[in-house]
Amino acid sequence: MTGRFIPHAVLTLAVLLFALPIWIAIAGSTQDSAVIARGELSLIPDLAGLGVYRDVLLHGSAGAGPVWRALLVSAGMALVIALGKIALSLPSAYAVTFFRFPFRMTAFWLIFLTLMLPVEVRLIPTFQVMSNLDLINSFTGLTLPLVASATATLLFRQTFLAIPDELVEAARMDGAGPLRFLRDILIPVSGANIAALFVILFVYGWNQYLWPLLVATDPKLDTVVIGIVKMIGLDTATEWNKVMATAVLALIPPVAVVLLMQRWFVKGLTEGDK
Amino acid sequence: MAGLRLEGLRKSFGQNEILKGVDLTLADGEMLVIVGASGCGKSTLLRLVAGLETPTAGRILIDGRDVTRLDPSERDIAMVFQNYALYPHMSVFENMAYGLKIRGLPKAGIRAKVDAASALLGLDALLDRKPRQLSGGQRQRVAMGRAIVRDPKLFLFDEPLSNLDAKLRVQMRGEIRRLQRRLKVTSLYVTHDQVEAMTLGDRLLVMHQGVPVQLATPTEVFERPADTYVAGFIGSPAMNLLPGTLGRNGTAVSLEGTEVGLGTRRYALPDGHGVILGIRPEHVALDPSGREWPVEVVELLGSETLIHAGRTGAATLTLRLANGAPVGEAVRVSFPPEHLHLFDRATGLRLDPA
Repeated sequence: MTGRFIPHAVLTLAVLLFALPIWIAIAGSTQDSAVIARGELSLIPDLAGLGVYRDVLLHGSAGAGPVWRALLVSAGMALVIALGKIALSLPSAYAVTFFRFPFRMTAFWLIFLTLMLPVEVRLIPTFQVMSNLDLINSFTGLTLPLVASATATLLFRQTFLAIPDELVEAARMDGAGPLRFLRDILIPVSGANIAALFVILFVYGWNQYLWPLLVATDPKLDTVVIGIVKMIGLDTATEWNKVMATAVLALIPPVAVVLLMQRWFVKGLTEGDK
Repeated sequence: MAGLRLEGLRKSFGQNEILKGVDLTLADGEMLVIVGASGCGKSTLLRLVAGLETPTAGRILIDGRDVTRLDPSERDIAMVFQNYALYPHMSVFENMAYGLKIRGLPKAGIRAKVDAASALLGLDALLDRKPRQLSGGQRQRVAMGRAIVRDPKLFLFDEPLSNLDAKLRVQMRGEIRRLQRRLKVTSLYVTHDQVEAMTLGDRLLVMHQGVPVQLATPTEVFERPADTYVAGFIGSPAMNLLPGTLGRNGTAVSLEGTEVGLGTRRYALPDGHGVILGIRPEHVALDPSGREWPVEVVELLGSETLIHAGRTGAATLTLRLANGAPVGEAVRVSFPPEHLHLFDRATGLRLDPA
């Protein structure tokens, strides 16, 4: 028993460390804003205050629009980014892995190089490009620059490299052309990896802050993350219960995605599904 | 006639010449086994025929049609791979049907062909399973089924039994042979296993360092090996190869002072010519009047006994005896002339009597 005590203590502590802030947000969202501001937050939720969720969803708060809209923008953005990245990196990884063409490795290293230049680094030039294309304050401008992805290309390349040559050859003998092979063999075989990547990319897209802040000033394009920040007013009184309710709402979709795809996620990251 | 013809086939990878010119003709329905140690070019040869590699020089003709530049799928061939190469996400049925589906066969036609092949291979009950739910032998059968349903002009086997355990290998070996006989499809079979080579092939092609060394029936390869490489490669334990010199007007060989008579044979070569005398372990005879060899190791194999004799640093001799033969510190043996093989010491090639 003593041998198990320390591990358990450490684990319990870790769980508390992670869970407590979330619990405080949930409990806080149901309480009066003024009470929270005074620092007298209770850890027991006040069930009478649950109406705040309906309130923020439909009407939002001072300084920010209704949360349902922001959630929709966030979900749209995260989906477009995740699916767009997969749609783009799957064929590019396919090309650099399975085909021999001039400057193949150059192409691969150029893709690789962009790993060192994330959006945050190329913020100003990217903004300039979007501005020239007249894409400021549009959904396209919000998502497009985040779609190109070296990470996903690299991950797919690794997956494809692990596919036995004989499988490729068997498909060639069966008469499968390149596109057929991609559709009938490669994508199904890499299914778990695609699912795992989708989870990671969805969360990545959902958490975007800097770029949406810069490129979309139209409140209609506010993501939920931006919405939370806008709710915290600098001079007006902040409605903390609404901020916390929005934070809890913002938490649900990525958690749902992770839980729903957990089985695939783990499978994709651990085994190769071969 | 759905034969196969290779003309001056060569393949280099960069500076490295893997295949140094192969000419070969296979009759319709013939099964040719290509055998050799790893790196001898046998797999490259098969991959060239399959169309998975492009030859540096030479032509490949299947059924009289030049397919050298054609895509694998246009060659009307089917291949069975060593690691089965089944599509892991498809059921057994889908695995077998995939090639036919791509060719645009109607559903009913595909069904009929797959059903016929699976009945032949005893896979009927497994059609809905995924490859990972199958045993090694079953997977290999599916891989063969995938080849059979295509109804190809040529079967290619790339060491198909290497991943199976010994017992299953013997069973599958028999199955492949029966199937090939029954379907009468011209086949190329690559293996490094000499037992597979001896039992499966109508003819054998022994390859060594990118060159075909001998092309003959298994019996002939065994009884009249073309050179010392083939002599040492085919047969287990390997043939004893003892260096000596020709003497007595080409009718005897002198081995480290002992003279071995060649019976009625006479070789038209000058006395003192360097030769290698070959004799299989099972042909060495115990003979009280023969030369004495010190025994080094005795291996009891149950049905037979292997004796390794000889002095350290000098030529060694392996004997294969029926069980119960008395073995002491030394054995006295003689070499019956009718079982002797003679090779040229300089070239390694077989010598034939005049």
